[in-house]
Amino acid sequence: MIVAEQKPFAEIAGFVADCNKILVAGCLGCVAVCLAGGEKETEILAAALRMHRRLQGRPLETVTYAATRQCDPEYVDAMADLVKDVDAVVSLACGVGVQYIAERYPDKWVVPALNTRFVGGSVAQGVWEERCGLCGECILHKTGGICPIIRCSKSLLNGPCGGSQYGKCEISKDVPCAWQLIYDRMKALGKLEWLLEYQPPKDWSKSRDGGPRKAVREDATI
Amino acid sequence: MNLTTESRLEKLLRRGEFVVTAEIGPPQHASAHEIVHHARMLKDYVDATNITDCQTAVVRLSSFAAAVHILREGLEPIMQMTCRDRNRIAMQSDLLGAYSLGIRNLLCLTGDHQSFGNHPTAKNVHDLDSIQLINMVKRMRDDRVFACGEPIKEHEPRFFIGAAANPFADPFEFRVVRLEKKINAGAQFIQTQCIFDLERFSRFMEMAVERGLHERAYILAGLTPIKSIGAARYMQKNVPGMIVPEELVQRLRKAKDDGKNVADEGVDICVEFINEVRKIKGVAGVHIMAIAWEEIVPTIVQKAGLYPRPKAD
Amino acid sequence: MFEPRIVAFCCHYCAYSAADLAGSMRLQYAPNIRVVEMPCSGTIDARVILAAFEDGADGVYVAGCLEGDCHFLKGNFRAKKRVHHVKKLLDDIGLGGERLEFYNLSAAMGTRFAEIANEMTERIRNLGPSPLKAKEVAGA
Repeated sequence: MIVAEQKPFAEIAGFVADCNKILVAGCLGCVAVCLAGGEKETEILAAALRMHRRLQGRPLETVTYAATRQCDPEYVDAMADLVKDVDAVVSLACGVGVQYIAERYPDKWVVPALNTRFVGGSVAQGVWEERCGLCGECILHKTGGICPIIRCSKSLLNGPCGGSQYGKCEISKDVPCAWQLIYDRMKALGKLEWLLEYQPPKDWSKSRDGGPRKAVREDATI
Repeated sequence: MNLTTESRLEKLLRRGEFVVTAEIGPPQHASAHEIVHHARMLKDYVDATNITDCQTAVVRLSSFAAAVHILREGLEPIMQMTCRDRNRIAMQSDLLGAYSLGIRNLLCLTGDHQSFGNHPTAKNVHDLDSIQLINMVKRMRDDRVFACGEPIKEHEPRFFIGAAANPFADPFEFRVVRLEKKINAGAQFIQTQCIFDLERFSRFMEMAVERGLHERAYILAGLTPIKSIGAARYMQKNVPGMIVPEELVQRLRKAKDDGKNVADEGVDICVEFINEVRKIKGVAGVHIMAIAWEEIVPTIVQKAGLYPRPKAD
Repeated sequence: MFEPRIVAFCCHYCAYSAADLAGSMRLQYAPNIRVVEMPCSGTIDARVILAAFEDGADGVYVAGCLEGDCHFLKGNFRAKKRVHHVKKLLDDIGLGGERLEFYNLSAAMGTRFAEIANEMTERIRNLGPSPLKAKEVAGA
């Protein structure tokens, strides 16, 4: 899932400082799962903003709405009536959702309540970690299911580097060395000789370096 | 003699000399006067010297420029290039430029993560890793092609290619496999991370010799003289991929308690290590990394009986 | 004289039982608290706490079992974490996290229940009425 975290409250309050009525729009997709922008978080943020503004003597009216997702036009269209009379929309979706709302309602000011952090999954209750490098050319079959692009701090394809010690990445004791993990996994799979094979330079044009990307399923287009 | 390049270092190694290389850390400003000073000081005591490339991700005068300054003093430079700050386009461009200015040796490194340095918010590149860099430089020389496959029509850069090896990082058993990968990719000389754990280094060399790696590339043992107990502790705790045994620190402490100069003891330890590694099969030379203490290298070279240095011609 | 209005979210197995015990023991304590029974303190939700303040409470506390004794095993740990999170949010909002608290006690601690009620009432009395209320009155 896309993992995001809520921005500091003061920052969000600052965005809507000049507004009198806002739509606080949550998303029941990824951000609900990582407890950043679901229905609950949306209501909490709305209440917090109302209370904060009441204390300043400048009441703020809030409308809350939890979209099924904010990354499909149909669900963003459904907000039309609510968006009409507000001064701004505070979106608790990932960066995609914020952009979809802004694009659909171009004359409305849309602000992000979250910082979209990474693509990853849960490792424990309340803890999420980055897992996928979004490189556009998956090589997980060569690395025992461990992504070297994102789990290795230097995106090495022929790792590990000389800073790997005691199974940890040189940048922090809390970060496992991806190549130690890959080595252990491939050893357990009896495929260690794969790691002797030279991996040539990556085609980064398939990743963000090639510019904004697009995917099409011809058979699904109308 | 089958020389692949015009490198003076290659010539000495192929002749069977036990080589001595040193390392110069460039300054954090735009004047070469310290570099020139160090070059003049080291000239007669080492066969070639590395110049680090923004080591620990701290901005310093570039290895490329420093190498040119050193070359002008009559000392053979080994330019270093990390993968952290440049993409393959910039790398090849720099290599064409460096070769055109007379640089003949290149050490290919991954590079310390930028979070260690003074610009932790910078974007890192890592378009290539060190093994891909080695292979790219080899192909430029031997296949006369750029990384994209296009031919280099004339005046291809012909570098003597070096790589680093770290017997003290993990996984230990894989380190020699990775060294082999580097040699397969085109590495011709190797400089190891500085050795304080002789036992581990010996085991590493045994595994390397077993795979015949010493016959395919020249392995230089990395050594660093310890100047103080604080320096030893720092390397023990703060430098990734380094092992400094506690006995060594205790030996320095004892020297201090006995009223000796700790730095002198550090020099003695370094000389002892040189003598030890010379006995290990597969070791073709030493690489003395005395960063911020370059002045001590002539002393070490003399005490180790490695002075005078051989003439290349 | 300002009389604080405090909402006390009490878990059925411990805090609420302690309240009953305080009653049977005929203990006198501050009448300012309104007790809300919950099956477990772990069911406390940030929204409910914020709603209490938004609707005029001067102070709120959540009371659960002693650590290790929660009938639902870890409900009181979850509650403690959530309450502390909301305290920080109340600081960000500008209302002040001191108006919210979390307590542990057992069903046998009737005296402690009364003590907590008095403690919190005193604290809120010293802090004064919730500034949210004042603004509401002023703006009306």
